[in-house]
Amino acid sequence: MSVSEKDNAVQIEQLNGTKASCWSCGDMRAAHFCDSCGSLQPAVPTDYFSFFGLGRKLNVDVSRLERDFYQFSRKLHPDVFARATGKEQDWSLQKTSQLNDAYRTLKDPIARTEYLLKLEGVHMEEQSKQATEHARQTGEVKKQVVPPDLLEEVFELNMQLEEARMNKKMGEADESLTRDLQQTKKNLEGKYGALDRELKGYWDQWDALIGRDASDEDRKPVRDKMVDLLNRRKYVQHLVRDVNDVLE
Amino acid sequence: MADERVVGIDLGTTNSLVAFMQGEKPVVIPGEDGSNLLPSVVALDPNGQVIVGNPARKYLIETADRAVYSVKRLMGRGYEDVKDELKLFPFRVAEDLQAGEVMRIMLGDKDFTPPEISAYILRQLRRNAERYFGAPVKKAVITVPAYFNDAQRQATKDAGRIAGLDVLRLVNEPTAASLAYGLDQKKNGIVAVYDLGGGTFDVSILKLHDGIFEVIATNGDTHLGGDDIDNLLIAIALDDIQGDLKIDVRRNAEVVQMIRKAVIDAKIALSNSDSAQLELELPGGKHYQRTIPRALFEQMIEPILQRTVGPVKQALKDAGLEPAQIDEVVLVGGSTRIPQVRQLVQELFQREPHCELNPDEVVALGAAVQAQILAGGSDATKDMLLLDVTPLSLGIEALGGVVAKIIHRNSTIPASATEHFTTGVEGQTAVAIHVVQGERELAKDCRSLARFDLRGIPPMPAGLPRIEVKFLIDANGILHVSAREQRSGKEAEISVQPSYGLTDEQVENMLLESFDYAEQDFAQRQVIEARNEANTILAALEKGRGGAAWNALSGEERRDIAKQESELRKVMLTDDYQGIRKAIDALNQGTMRLAELMMDTAVSSALKGKTFDEADMGEGPSAPHPFAQAEIKSE
Repeated sequence: MSVSEKDNAVQIEQLNGTKASCWSCGDMRAAHFCDSCGSLQPAVPTDYFSFFGLGRKLNVDVSRLERDFYQFSRKLHPDVFARATGKEQDWSLQKTSQLNDAYRTLKDPIARTEYLLKLEGVHMEEQSKQATEHARQTGEVKKQVVPPDLLEEVFELNMQLEEARMNKKMGEADESLTRDLQQTKKNLEGKYGALDRELKGYWDQWDALIGRDASDEDRKPVRDKMVDLLNRRKYVQHLVRDVNDVLE
Repeated sequence: MADERVVGIDLGTTNSLVAFMQGEKPVVIPGEDGSNLLPSVVALDPNGQVIVGNPARKYLIETADRAVYSVKRLMGRGYEDVKDELKLFPFRVAEDLQAGEVMRIMLGDKDFTPPEISAYILRQLRRNAERYFGAPVKKAVITVPAYFNDAQRQATKDAGRIAGLDVLRLVNEPTAASLAYGLDQKKNGIVAVYDLGGGTFDVSILKLHDGIFEVIATNGDTHLGGDDIDNLLIAIALDDIQGDLKIDVRRNAEVVQMIRKAVIDAKIALSNSDSAQLELELPGGKHYQRTIPRALFEQMIEPILQRTVGPVKQALKDAGLEPAQIDEVVLVGGSTRIPQVRQLVQELFQREPHCELNPDEVVALGAAVQAQILAGGSDATKDMLLLDVTPLSLGIEALGGVVAKIIHRNSTIPASATEHFTTGVEGQTAVAIHVVQGERELAKDCRSLARFDLRGIPPMPAGLPRIEVKFLIDANGILHVSAREQRSGKEAEISVQPSYGLTDEQVENMLLESFDYAEQDFAQRQVIEARNEANTILAALEKGRGGAAWNALSGEERRDIAKQESELRKVMLTDDYQGIRKAIDALNQGTMRLAELMMDTAVSSALKGKTFDEADMGEGPSAPHPFAQAEIKSE
């Protein structure tokens, strides 16, 4: 029940900027169900934050998000519309896929941040895809910007990885090297904590800016810092993956 | 509700079952022979009739080229996928099979696709349910292994359609099992389901939350199960026979089937005893005998069981959980009766697994629960909702044969992804897209799902068109694709070329009977069954007329019975089901006192020192029974 009450707060303008009337009773409607007759409304393109009736803020109460996800699922899932008209079944399918896509993205702090940056016009994945494509076409080595604070560590790690790969190929084992790599892996994983604390700091700054409706110009510095941080994080992630590949 | 009867079907590798919710409890509907399990064996008799279940089994041994079992292993697969396996199974592939074509299997001199063979099993289950309800059944929920890919799911759905069933949902087997358990338990927490069946292995980890069954991670192997244990034991027996007795029976399908039956019996016996005997009479009067101690059996099957460990660990890792965080473990599938399997599961999850519900039936019971939910629910199911995931990542082949993942495995379904494509050459009007499923980096190592052609792109300079393609995995785990060219707003035309799938047209042509036909069929069967019942009553009446009880009736009673009798004899010549039914009921009513008197006579004869058998009771008028007498067979 509380879902439909909550829906009433999520007006259609938030979804796509236009106000339409309910297909079933003609009343002006809320986002997911009609205010008046409760009928399911068509799926419209929407961003994940709006789907849950949230602003574009980065601090999200995940347990509340989960509760809303369960409530929406009970109302929107195709199982509930198994005996409804074909039209409603289709909307239910579309809306539930939006719900699931939105929940999957928003519950994960990194995916959420990347998604927000995408809404802000930053396409991290495409940047990397384009760089890869460019490198492939020109034959140049893809430029990886090593975060300055990792420079020394990465240099040594690369040598160790090279040696370990060689050993693996020859079927040899070097226990002290393995121990070193395990230690390095631990150190790298330790960096996640610091990175996540840093990210949380930017979230707070971002949310404050959104709270006072700051201009695009004001938001840009925080946005750029988050992009930089996510790139560093991804870099560490790749290093951990490389170490794991060798250790396995 | 009555017209919306939805049944739950477990279409298994070894056995298949149909179940429904009787009030608040799911129950399995038995077949005519009284057995809950319908062996998933299909045979073609010499008259060209298709036979399913126990009667088909005898063909497996007598004329193995007329029967097929474990066809589930071939669903949604091409010849290339299963050619190694075909060496272990006596399937005969149609000789004119083309590369990339849907597999066709020979039964006698006719060929059938795996969905058609499965459809015969489904039709038998449907008939069992119709006999039980006395009404047509058109809608069903069918279970599939959680790790089935898109093509295997589509093939299962096609089988349902060919059998004249509207398949409302495909449910993953481990998830269905958890529904059956959840119905009684109503607990919150994390549940792991370990499902080792005849041909497939699944592991699923679920979060239960106030009636919501949310799958967090799933993994498995669609070619791992009891069949593999059987094949191993068969291989050993064949080697033995060749080594000791110097005869090669590998090419003798009938003998191989005989060995199969013997090793299955031994395998089952070994779950309860320390050793089992393998004894066979071979052609040429030779005799083969071997004792299999349990310790040896366990040693032999250990490598097979170890293959379940990887998927279990991966599922735990994907769920982000340690074994200690799992609250309950549930065992599903006949192979979990093997004590060694139970021990392995206990070690993996560090807790005693649940096996209160019959591991052969629990999936069908869960399917019945889901069927009830889709039919509108009842008190028992009203808060229940299943949120399942897609078991394999969906990707598209990018430049250089690399896979770009667009929907990751373990995403809750329905799930969607939108991708943009453009052209590489000026004036290009079509773009080809290759969709794959799997976890590997290169497209050639993944399962090819389909090749799409986006056609009708307005001619524009290279790179200018912007084609938006939407990929949507529905609640059945089946992929749907739609596309639009954004600059012109034109819907791009898509022609889907399913890899190893049937086209809609092919499915239409295979329908075992159209829906109208099904109605007609059912009506005819009802009339025939009513006539049979009428004959039984009339025969009993004839017997009664000859006995002492008849003389005890008043003249009026006798006249009434005679009138009801002639009424029934007249109406049973017509196809008027309701009329026959009414006349049967009237005669039943009218002969009630006769039946009582006959019973009294029988009892007094018994008192005079006669046994019940000797006392001529006749069959007496019997109450209409919805299905044949149960005959409990020990399988």
